Amino acid sequence: MNKEYYGKLIFELSREGRSGAAIPDAGCPDAQIPAALARVHTPELPQADEPTVVRHYTNMSANNFGVDTGFYPLGSCTMKYNPKINEEMCSLPAMASLHPHAPAETTQGALEAYWTLQRALSEIGGMAEFTLNPFSGAHGELTGLMVIRAYHDSWGDHARTKVIVPDSAHGTNPASAAVAGLKVVEVKSLPDGTVDADALEAMLDDSVAAVMMTNPNTAGIFESNVARITDMVHRAGALMYYDGANLNPMLGIARPGDMGFDVMHINLHKTFSTPHGGGGPGSGPVGVRDGLEKFLPNPRVVKNSDGTFGITASGEALGSISATLGNFAVQLRALSYILSLGKEGLAEAGLLATLNANYIKESLRDLYKLPIDRVCKHEFVFDGLADKNSGVTTLDIAKRLLDYGFHAPTIYFPLLFHESLMIEPTETESKETLDCFIKAMRDIAREAAENPEVVKTAPHTTPVSRPDDTAAALNPTVTWKELKNSAG
Amino acid sequence: MNHRYFPHTPADIAEMLERCGAATPGDLYADVPEQLRLAGEYDLPTSMTEKEVRDYFNRLASANRQLTCFAGGGFYHRYTPAAVPALMSRSEFLTSYTPYQPEISQGTLQYIFEYQSMMAELTGLDVSNASMYDGTTATAEAMMMAVAATRKRNTVLISGSVAPAVRNVAATYARYHGIDLQEIESDNGVTSLDDLKQKLSSGKVAGVILPQPNYFGIIEDLTGFADAIHQAGALMIMNCIASDLAVLRSPGEWGADIAAGDAQSLGMPLSYGGPYLGFLCCTKALIRKMPGRIVGATKDAGGNRTFVLTLQAREQHIRRDKATSNICSNQGLMALHTAIYLSLLGTEGLKEVCTAGANGAHYLADKLTRTGKMRLKYPDRPFLNEFAMSCDFDVDCMLKVCTAHDILGGIKLDNHSILIAVTEMQTIEELDRLAEIVATSNFA
Repeated sequence: MNKEYYGKLIFELSREGRSGAAIPDAGCPDAQIPAALARVHTPELPQADEPTVVRHYTNMSANNFGVDTGFYPLGSCTMKYNPKINEEMCSLPAMASLHPHAPAETTQGALEAYWTLQRALSEIGGMAEFTLNPFSGAHGELTGLMVIRAYHDSWGDHARTKVIVPDSAHGTNPASAAVAGLKVVEVKSLPDGTVDADALEAMLDDSVAAVMMTNPNTAGIFESNVARITDMVHRAGALMYYDGANLNPMLGIARPGDMGFDVMHINLHKTFSTPHGGGGPGSGPVGVRDGLEKFLPNPRVVKNSDGTFGITASGEALGSISATLGNFAVQLRALSYILSLGKEGLAEAGLLATLNANYIKESLRDLYKLPIDRVCKHEFVFDGLADKNSGVTTLDIAKRLLDYGFHAPTIYFPLLFHESLMIEPTETESKETLDCFIKAMRDIAREAAENPEVVKTAPHTTPVSRPDDTAAALNPTVTWKELKNSAG
Repeated sequence: MNHRYFPHTPADIAEMLERCGAATPGDLYADVPEQLRLAGEYDLPTSMTEKEVRDYFNRLASANRQLTCFAGGGFYHRYTPAAVPALMSRSEFLTSYTPYQPEISQGTLQYIFEYQSMMAELTGLDVSNASMYDGTTATAEAMMMAVAATRKRNTVLISGSVAPAVRNVAATYARYHGIDLQEIESDNGVTSLDDLKQKLSSGKVAGVILPQPNYFGIIEDLTGFADAIHQAGALMIMNCIASDLAVLRSPGEWGADIAAGDAQSLGMPLSYGGPYLGFLCCTKALIRKMPGRIVGATKDAGGNRTFVLTLQAREQHIRRDKATSNICSNQGLMALHTAIYLSLLGTEGLKEVCTAGANGAHYLADKLTRTGKMRLKYPDRPFLNEFAMSCDFDVDCMLKVCTAHDILGGIKLDNHSILIAVTEMQTIEELDRLAEIVATSNFA
C-alpha cells in the first residue's frame, strides 16, 4: 500500500460534494425545525465516496495486530481464538433487528438465548443465578459490589464501608469499589504471590463489606487457602467477591461458588472467546449465590412455568445499571462458544491453557527471573531478565517482541515486582507457536547480552516506532481540528 | 480427536508435560484442594458440531418475530450501509486487544482519533473520549465527572424529561456513589426553567443534566439555561440523541460543558439492546476530569505522525481507587462502526436521515390525529422524528392489535398515551398502514 496516501486521516481525504451513502426517503412533505432550535454551525464531517472509505479503513486495518494475525501472550487478558461461527450467530437478522422494547412474546428466541447462557454460567460458576446485563468486567465488578451493598443495606447494616483488595489485584477492583462508594484497603501478598491470610484476618471487622479476590491470582498462582479465607470473611459478616478475569484455567476443575464466593463476574471476552474488538464491546455477567438473586439489577429474564420466557423487574433489586439486557450480541457469541465446546471441551480448555503456560515458564526460566517458582495456572510472571547487567528493561523486551511478530506480554503488572512481565498463552496456541515464541524470547535475552542497543531501541519493523508519550500528554491533541490547528 | 479449536496432538501434550515434569495435565492442579474440586462434569450439553450450533441458533431465531418498528425511546431502527459491517469484520480490527502497544495498533488508534474528531464536531464541543458502554452509563459518568470537577458540591439535577432508563441508571450510580440526584420538574413536557433556578439556588449543585431531544421527542428550547447554570457555578450536561445533532442546535451552541448519550441512532443494529455506544464530549478545560480512554496525536522516534492512548494518569490501571472512573474498556468496535458510518454519510447524509425521519413522523402524527382517536400530547411543542400521542383507547390494546399485524406500534407512556418514532426505514405504505389500523380498530 502507498503509505503517504493511505496513512492519512479520513478528514484529509474529504472532498466537497462527495457522499458514500444513499438515504431511503418515504417522500413525505417537509417538516420544519424552528430556526431558534436548529443547528447554527454545520458539523465538519468527512465527505467521501464508498470506495474511498473502504480502502481507507482496509488499509488502516493492516496497521493492526489481532488474534487472527498472531500470538498474544497477554497476561490476565485471555486472548484466545475467536471462532468464526460465533460472528455469524450473533448477526442473524432475526436476532440483530430486535428492538429492546419489543414485547416478550415476539422475542422468545432472544430471551431463551439469554436464559440459557445465564443458566450455563450459573453451572460453570457454581452460582444460583446470573445477570448478563453488565457491559464489561469493570461494570460487572461495580454491579457485584452494588449487590453486596444492597445485601448489607437490606438488614440495616450500613456500617460496612470498606472493601479489602489484595495488592496484586487488577486496577479495576479498587476503582470499582471507589465508584460503588466503598473505601479500599489493601492486603499484602506473601512472597509466593498469594494473599497473606493472617494479615487479612487481622483486618476483618464489622466495617468490612467485602473481600475481592482473583483465583488463580494475577501471578497465576492458585490460592490454596481460599476455603480458610472465605470462612473467616463470612464469620466476620462480609461477603466474598470473585474477580473472574482468571476463570479460564479453572474450567472443569473447580467452581468459585464451591470455593465459597458469594458474588462473581465473568468476562465473556476472556474465558468465553468473544472478540476484544480493539477495546470493546465486552460483557461482564454477574453471578450470585442462593439468597442474593433478588438484589440483581433490573431487568431480569425469567422462565415461566409454561415454558415461555419473560422480563421482570423487582423493587428489591439494586436498581438498574443499563437500559437494556446488556450487550446482547456479545452474549450470543459466548453461548455459541459454550455449545461448540460442550462440557468436555470447556474442561479441556482449562487444562491446555495451564499446560501451555507451564511449558513456556519451564522453557525460559534459565534466562528470565522467575520470582515465584511454583506450578502456575494459565499465566505466570517473570521479573525481567535473569541477567540485569545490560540495563534492558521489561519495556524493551516487550517492544522487541513486536519485531519478532508477537504481541507484547502484559508488562509492569502485577505491581508485586519491579519488572513484571506477565505471560498467558491460552489453550488455542499450538506447540509450534509456543516454541517460536520461546525461541524469540531466548534470542532477545541473547541480544540483550550481546547487543543491548537493538533491544533498547526496538521496535524496528513496525508501522511506527516508539511514540513520544510525554508530548502527547503535555499538549493533548485529540481531534482532527486540533491537529490541523497545531500544524499551523 | 482433538476439539477443532485446540491444536494439541497427544505427542505435543506428552512432550510438553515432560518439560513441565508432570505425568498428566491434571498433575498441574495438585495445589487445588480436593474438597474444592468439581465432582464429575458440568451439567451442560456435550460439544456440538458447527452445523448443530447453526441449527440451534436458527431455531431460536425463528422463535422471534420481525415487526415493523415504530418504537424509539432512544433506540431507532436505522439503515446500516453494507460497507460498515464488512469493514468491521476485518479481523485485524475485530480480534485486536486494547491498543496499549501503539506500534502495532495504529489502525485502532487512528479510527478512535477519527471517531473522537467526529463526535466533537457533532456535539460542538472541543474533545471526546474514546467511547463508553452506552448512553445511560455515559450520562452517569458525566454526572460523576461534574461532581469531581466542581469539588465540595454533591448535588446533581436531572430533568424529568430525560429518558427514564437514563434517569434510572444515573439514580443507581448516584445512590451508591453518594451523590444527591434531584429531579427538575417538567412543564408541559419540557424542563421547567423556573424549577431549575429554584433548585440551583441551594448553591450545592455540581451539574445539571438536560435532554435533547427529550424522552417525548420534544426539541427543548434551552434559551437561558446555560446562563442560569453557570451563574450558579454548576456544569451543564446534555443527554443527546447523536444522529439528531446534525440538524439540532448542538450542546456547544447551547453553552453546555459536557454532552453524553447513546450513538445507537448512528445506524447501529438494534440487536435487542446492545452493543451500542455511549459518547462523552466536553470542553477542553475539563479534559483531565474525563473518564475513559482518550487517543491523542504525537510523533514517533522517526518523526512520523502517531496516535497513542494519552492522559492515562486518570485511569484505573494507574490510579486504582483514585481514578476518574473504573472504566477499563471502550466500545472500540462500535467506535469503528461510528467512524465508518459517519464517513459514508457525511453531514449531508446524516441531515437526510434526520429529515426523512422528521418528515415521516409529522406525516404520521397528522394521519393519526385525523383518525379522531389520537392527538399530540404536547401539540405546541416542536419534535423531530418521535412524538407522544394521547389516545382515547387503551394503549395496551392498541399495541396488541399492532403486534398481531406484525407492527411494533410504539412505547407505552401510560394507559392513554404512547410514544411513536419514525425513521428513514418506514415506507409511506407502512406509515399509512399504522394509521389505517388505528382508524379501523376499536382497541377494546
